[in-house]
Amino acid sequence: MKHTIYALVENKPGVLARISGLFSARGFNIESLAVGETHDPTMSRMTMIVDAKDEKILEQIKKQLNKLIDVVSVGDLTKKKFIERELVLIKINVAKTSKQKLNEMLSKFSVRILSCEKSTAIIEATETKERTSLLLETLRKLGIKELVRTGRIAIAE
Amino acid sequence: MKKNGAQILVDSLLHEGVRVIFGYPGGVILPLTDVLYDTPIDFILVRHEQGAAHAADGYARSTGKVGVCLATSGPGATNLVTGLATAHMDSIPMVAITGQVKTSLIGNDAFQESDVTGITRPITKHNYLVKDISELAKTVKEAFHIASTGRPGPVVIDLPVDVQMQEMEFDYPDKVSLRSYIPTLNPRPGHVRKAAKLIEKSKRPVIYAGGGVIISGAHDQLLELAFKIKAPVTTTLMGLGAFPENNELSLGMLGMHGTAYANHSIMESDLIIAVGARFDDRVTGRLDKFAPEAKVIHIDIDPTAISKNIKVDVPIVCDAKIGLEELNKIVKKPNTKEWLKKVNDWKKKYPLTYKTGKKISPQYVVEQIYKVTNGDAIICTEVGQNQMWAAQYYTYTKPRTWISSGGLGTMGYGLPAAIGAKIGRPDKIVFDIAGDGSIQMNIQELATAVANKINVKIAILNNGYLGMVRQWQELFYDKRYASTLITGPDFVKLAEAYGAVGMRVKNLKDVAKTIKEAIAIPNVVIMDFIVEEEANVFPMVPAGEAINQMIGALA
Ligand SMILES: Cc1ncc(C[n+]2csc(CCOP(=O)(O)OP(=O)(O)O)c2C)c(N)n1
Ligand SMILES: [Mg+2]
Repeated sequence: MKHTIYALVENKPGVLARISGLFSARGFNIESLAVGETHDPTMSRMTMIVDAKDEKILEQIKKQLNKLIDVVSVGDLTKKKFIERELVLIKINVAKTSKQKLNEMLSKFSVRILSCEKSTAIIEATETKERTSLLLETLRKLGIKELVRTGRIAIAE
Repeated sequence: MKKNGAQILVDSLLHEGVRVIFGYPGGVILPLTDVLYDTPIDFILVRHEQGAAHAADGYARSTGKVGVCLATSGPGATNLVTGLATAHMDSIPMVAITGQVKTSLIGNDAFQESDVTGITRPITKHNYLVKDISELAKTVKEAFHIASTGRPGPVVIDLPVDVQMQEMEFDYPDKVSLRSYIPTLNPRPGHVRKAAKLIEKSKRPVIYAGGGVIISGAHDQLLELAFKIKAPVTTTLMGLGAFPENNELSLGMLGMHGTAYANHSIMESDLIIAVGARFDDRVTGRLDKFAPEAKVIHIDIDPTAISKNIKVDVPIVCDAKIGLEELNKIVKKPNTKEWLKKVNDWKKKYPLTYKTGKKISPQYVVEQIYKVTNGDAIICTEVGQNQMWAAQYYTYTKPRTWISSGGLGTMGYGLPAAIGAKIGRPDKIVFDIAGDGSIQMNIQELATAVANKINVKIAILNNGYLGMVRQWQELFYDKRYASTLITGPDFVKLAEAYGAVGMRVKNLKDVAKTIKEAIAIPNVVIMDFIVEEEANVFPMVPAGEAINQMIGALA
C-alpha cells in the first residue's frame, strides 16, 4: 500500500544522502521524494511516497527515519485529510495542432502554456497524481517530447 | 587566545576526558599528531588502523567510556571501516577522527582522498565533515554526546588538513542542544504498569537480557527483578555478564549455540521480558515458530528495535536501568514454582557437555581459564568456534568481562580489542581466546602490545581449521572441507620474534599449569593450545530452524 509521509530535517549537507541510503540499505521502496526548504530556513521538508507491504514495515520506515540524527520529526499523512500536488513540465509536439485546439484539450486541467512555438509547446501542470495521469494520456496523442516532474508534495488540511 | 584547528580538537578531547587515543599517523593529520605530541593524552601507535578501531572499541567495552581512534585520510580511513561496522553493530560508543585532504581539493580525486563520510554513513551512528573551524568544537561536543547516549555507536569526524591549521578563539561549549536527537530515557508509567500486570499474571516467564543491560549499567536492577519475580534469566551473546551465570536462575546464553535449557525455556514460556536485546536472527531462529505462546514485554532505548522481528505486546522505550527501576517498584511476584521446576529438569536433562579424548578439548581450555582466573578476568575473543566455546564454558558473573564481536562477527577483533581493554582496565587480567585463523588477521598488533607493555594473554585454540566453517561443511556440505584447512606460523617462534613469550601445549595435564604461568609472566604471552581438530560447537540450531530443534551432544 502507498503511504504519504514527510520528514522535517535539518537543512544540512548530506541529509538527503542519509535518507536515500536508509531506503536502499533497508530495502524500503520509495516511489517519490521531494525536498525543499521550509519557512524556517534551518529546516527542510521531505515528502515521500513509500510502498509498504504492511503496517509493520511502515512503522519501521518511520522509526528508522526518526532515528537518523538529522531528522527532527516524521509524520504520516495517509490517514489524514491532505492535499497533494506535483508540478510537471511537459514538452509536446504541436506541429499538427492549432493553438486553439490545444487550449480546448487543456481546458479541463490546471495547466499553463509556458511557451508555444512552431512545433513545440511547453506546458506546466500542477495536479494530483490521478489528474496528472489523465493529462498525460491526453497529451500522448500529440506526442510528448520531454517530461519532468518534481515528485509529489503534500500538506495536511 | 587563538588556537589552530588541531589544538582545538585536542583541547576538546581533553574536555571530554580523553586520556588515550589509538591511532596511526599520515600526511593530512600531521598537524594533529604534532599537537598530540605534547599533551597528556597517550597515543598508542597501532600497526594497522583496523587495530586502532578495535582497540578503541575494546577500551569502550571494558570501561563504558567513549573510545577514540585516529587515522589519516584515504587508506588510513578505509582501514577503519571494519572496526566502525563492528562497533556499530554492537552499539559501542566510539569517536573516530580521520584526516581529510584540504577543503579546496575535496572531490578532486586528490592524493589519498576518499569520501569518508560517504563510505562510513551506513556503518556509523552519525558522521561529520568539518569544513569550517568555527564548527569544530561544537562538532566534537556533539560527537561525544551522540556516541555515548541513547543507543550508543561510533561517530566519525572527518577533518580536512587546512581546517586543522586555521586559527580561531577556542571556547568549548558546555551543553549540546540537538532538537533532532533526544533519546527517551524515562518509560511511560502506563506501559510499566501494563508490564507489571502481565508479569503478575504469567505462569512461565523468562527474562531475556541483552547488551543493553550492560551498556546502561542495569545489571543490579536486572538481578533485583529476577529475584523479585523468581523468573529464569537467559542472556544473548552480547549480554554475557549482565546476569551472574553461577546463579540458580541463570539459563546461560540462548540462541544458535545457546544452552538447550535456555532455548526450551524461551520456546515454552508464556511471557518474555526482553531487556536491551533485539531479537536478532541468531537468537530467534525460525521466526514463525519462535515462542508461540509467549506475550512479549520489550524494554529498549531504541524504538526501531521494537516489533522489528517479533510482535511486542508491551513496548517500553527507555533506558534499561531506569525502566527496570520503575518496574521493580511495582511488580508483584507471579507463581513460578512449577515453571522453575520444569526449567531445572531441563537443566539436569540437557547440561552443557563436550566430548573428551586423548587430545585437548578446546572447551576444557576455556574451563581452565575460568578456574585459574576465578572468573575475574576480561575475556576477549576472536570469531568462530573459539568465540562460542569462550561464551559457553567460561562462567560470566560481572558486566564488562566479556568482549566479543557479536553483531558483525569480525575475525581479527580479539587481539586489538584485548589491547584496548587492558589499557582501559590495567588492573584486570585480559585474555584473547583465539582461533588459529582469526589470530592471523590482526597479528601485527602483537608489536603494539609488546612495545607498550600491554600484557595481554592470548590463548589460541589451535585446531588447524577455520573451525566454525569446517563445522558447517561437516554438517551441511558432506564433509567437503573446501578452503578451511589453514596453516599458520609457528606461534611460539612468532611470539618470540615479536618480543613476547610463546608456549605450546599438547597435553591435557599442562593446560592449567600453562595458564597460571602465562598470567605470572610480566609480558605478552601466546599460549598455543594444540586441540582436537574436529571438535564441534554444540548444541547447535541449524540456520532457519526453530531454536528448540537443536543438534549435537545431549540436546
Ligand atoms: C573477517 C571475517 N572473515 C570471514 C569470516 C567467516 N568465518 C567465521 S568463523 C570462521 C573461521 C574462524 O577460524 P578460527 O579463527 O581458526 O576459529 P575456529 O572456528 O577454528 O575456532 C570464518 C572464516 C568472519 N567471521 N570474519
Ligand atoms: Mg581454528
